[in-house]
Amino acid sequence: MFGKIFIGSLLWMSLLGAAQAESLLINGAGATFPYPIYSKWFDEYSKLHPDVHFNYQSIGSGGGIRQTSEGIVDFGATDGPMSDEQLQKAKVKILHFPTVLGAVVPTYNVPEVQSDLTFTPQALADIFLGKITKWNDPEIAKANPGGKLPDKPIIVAHRSDGSGTTYVWVDFLSKVSPEWKEKVGVGTAVKWPVGLGGKGNEGVTGLVKQTPYSIGYVELIYAEQNKLPFGKVQNASGTAVKANLESVTAAAASAKMPEDFRVSITNPPGKEAYPIASFTWLLIPAQISDPAKGKAIVDFLHWMLQDGQKMAPPLSYAPLPKEVVTMEEKAIGQIKH
Amino acid sequence: MLIVALSVLLITAIIALELYLHSHLSIEKFGWAFLSRSTWDPVMEEFGALPFLYGTLVTSAIALLIAIPVGLGVAIFLSELAPRRLSDPITFLVELLAAIPSVIYGLIGIFVLVPWMRNVLEPILGTTLGFLPIFQGAPYGVGMLTAGIVLAIMVVPFIVSVSREILLAVPRSQREAILSLGATRWEMVWIAVLPYARSGILGSIFLALARALGETMAVTMVIGNRPEVRASLFEPGYTMASVIANEFTEATSDLYLSALIEIGLVLFAVTIVVNALARLFIYSLSTKRGAVRT
Amino acid sequence: MNTTIPLHRRLTNIVMLSLTGLFTLLTLGILFFILGYITYHGITALDRDFFTKLPKPVGEAGGGMANAILGTIKLLALASLIGIPIGFFGGVYLSEYGKETTIGFLVRFAADLLNGFPSIVMGIFAYILIVLPMKHFSTLAGGFALGIMMIPIALRSTEEFLTLVPASIREAALALGLPEWKMVTFVVIPTAFRGIMTGVMLNIARVAGETAPLLFTAFSNRFWSKGLLEPTASLPVMIYTYAIAPYEDWHRQAWAAGMVLLMLVLVANLIARLVLHRRFFQPGAS
Repeated sequence: MFGKIFIGSLLWMSLLGAAQAESLLINGAGATFPYPIYSKWFDEYSKLHPDVHFNYQSIGSGGGIRQTSEGIVDFGATDGPMSDEQLQKAKVKILHFPTVLGAVVPTYNVPEVQSDLTFTPQALADIFLGKITKWNDPEIAKANPGGKLPDKPIIVAHRSDGSGTTYVWVDFLSKVSPEWKEKVGVGTAVKWPVGLGGKGNEGVTGLVKQTPYSIGYVELIYAEQNKLPFGKVQNASGTAVKANLESVTAAAASAKMPEDFRVSITNPPGKEAYPIASFTWLLIPAQISDPAKGKAIVDFLHWMLQDGQKMAPPLSYAPLPKEVVTMEEKAIGQIKH
Repeated sequence: MLIVALSVLLITAIIALELYLHSHLSIEKFGWAFLSRSTWDPVMEEFGALPFLYGTLVTSAIALLIAIPVGLGVAIFLSELAPRRLSDPITFLVELLAAIPSVIYGLIGIFVLVPWMRNVLEPILGTTLGFLPIFQGAPYGVGMLTAGIVLAIMVVPFIVSVSREILLAVPRSQREAILSLGATRWEMVWIAVLPYARSGILGSIFLALARALGETMAVTMVIGNRPEVRASLFEPGYTMASVIANEFTEATSDLYLSALIEIGLVLFAVTIVVNALARLFIYSLSTKRGAVRT
Repeated sequence: MNTTIPLHRRLTNIVMLSLTGLFTLLTLGILFFILGYITYHGITALDRDFFTKLPKPVGEAGGGMANAILGTIKLLALASLIGIPIGFFGGVYLSEYGKETTIGFLVRFAADLLNGFPSIVMGIFAYILIVLPMKHFSTLAGGFALGIMMIPIALRSTEEFLTLVPASIREAALALGLPEWKMVTFVVIPTAFRGIMTGVMLNIARVAGETAPLLFTAFSNRFWSKGLLEPTASLPVMIYTYAIAPYEDWHRQAWAAGMVLLMLVLVANLIARLVLHRRFFQPGAS
């Protein structure tokens, strides 16, 4: 009896698996920053094109850069654009395609605090440098008059993997804190002065959620989906801004988009701009050998620039500015398949 | 048939070779200093394995410190005190602990042990023994002590299983001789049985150590992933196996990947040595005194 | 002669012996706690979707791990295909032809070493050998890593069970005029069959829970993986990914997967014990 059920289930599963046998699998890996919107896109796209599956693994931008450079995945994703050196060393020529705009927010777990905290750039840099160690430190308190900050040690959480989210965060910190720029610098994986390491945006969110008195940096949607509070950050013009669609779009407004789409929009001028925002990119090889895959990828990119953009706001990602979309539509022609 | 058997030797050798070949970039750049430098900086491409060696050793040491007395205690109970009818099923149950996959230990570690460490054990240790540098600092919950405890649970069955067999193999004459001199049960164990079984028990400890050194998932999930040498056990740390698991797919440069593989090579070498010692101790017992099977 | 043992020695005796009993209770307690905790959280989390549906987009509740279950089955099948034959024939060689030889000793030693290699090192090995040249992650690479891990256990357990077959049976077969290879193939191996199969089952159960070697070989997959050359989801990797993430629904599914894995391991071990226990009471088997 059990034998029959067992064999039956096995057969059934292999049939289910075999039913997918005609479909095309395209493998990608990279940033966890845009994972929620990418997984939504790939899911929706496969509903429209049931024979094409984009299998995306969120292993961090560092992983995306590496695996794409080695040619081990068909495409990658990163929120820290590849450096000239990385592009040169890559085994294939790689093109950057921005997909959405997102924000990196300082999320925290302080039971005593009910309203949103405001952080000055200096406070954030010093917390992550390990110079500010208690929640009731004057640098934090002065931006939050009336907030009852507890006398507890701050537990810092950062990424343990190579991360574009890290890149955006430390890019910002380097711009606002010369000490950070000198001591730690910018990259997808840096030598953190203090803190616990979490794997992926998911890991850091999990750490902050489970560790009282901790602070971490994550992409906006992760804080929202997990109902974690996140602070306002003081921008270059002195206003305390909370990350949302408007402030992120404002951050991109002042940026001049270069031809290869690699640009940083942290700490921009602009009263409404959120200071820690970023484009996130898909890394596509300029030459795709498999024609079926190439056609699918190009088709997906066009879809992403039109229908895909509409799905961004519900997940708290800002859609690309119109000029960028136009530039990209033309640039897709560079992909040879 | 012979060829198949020889292939086992071949595979072992090839693994060693491949590991060595692919770490040569890192070996060339850093040499032996790789083992004593504590900077792990992928941005500046400065790599040193010391924090991982430290983390691996510390967590394994904690694991052994807990698992040896507990494991020996259980082995003594099962070989000297429990009637055979109880001893066999209990041994089976203890050995089940070894069969539980590492990732499941990690699962329980994250959701049960870490909160308990953060809310109960670490504060208690901090207030009572906080003058010791190893118990200072904020209770994160994750950290080296937590990883050590998880490892302890995972290696106890190895010590119990092997030690029990060894203790059972100690000849009755040893026991009867000392009992006839008026020793208590415990004294018999302590004075006559344990010393006789010494090398086998040592072998079991080395086996447990080898297992602890290479353990990856459970440790990665509770150690906090921080490549730094710190005195306090409450602090997060990093082990050789964990850093490979976390960073392998993302090593963005050839040197980075090579450094990670070199860590794999070091881990590999250490594990071989410990395993070889373990087998030596246990083999010597079985050839001299017969009847012990591992 | 005064035979009363001094108090401090009696006390030590009682204290130490009680301690051993306490430690045993502690160890068993931990085992039952783990089993109970996972069963409780796993059973409340299991539903039909778990076995039939694919994972849903990030942040959306629901979905299942059907692809991971199939992936684990495929990986284990491939690993067994690689590891069991090598281990089996190696074990036959060791027990029938290599008992006291140097080669026998070396092979046994190598197998023990291989057994002790950290599983993540096996993952690196498979990455170097298969993923890099092929330029992508695959079920093949994962199965290969797991297969190599199966070899030493298959080897030692085959050897052990063959050795248990009593000399009388071998001699009887030889006395009847059978050539040695026929004796081994048609008499010795079938006698040890049950034990060997048990060893195989335990081997598979052990390898089923391995996560580290799969992290950069089979990688993972949100969809079904076809054939052997694509990355595949697997139960242990899903547990790991979901456990360290912040989504409650993912935690729920991690418990469910953990329970499935645990049940597999437990059942295999229980069956093994029942089979072997009975075996040892059969007359003629030493």
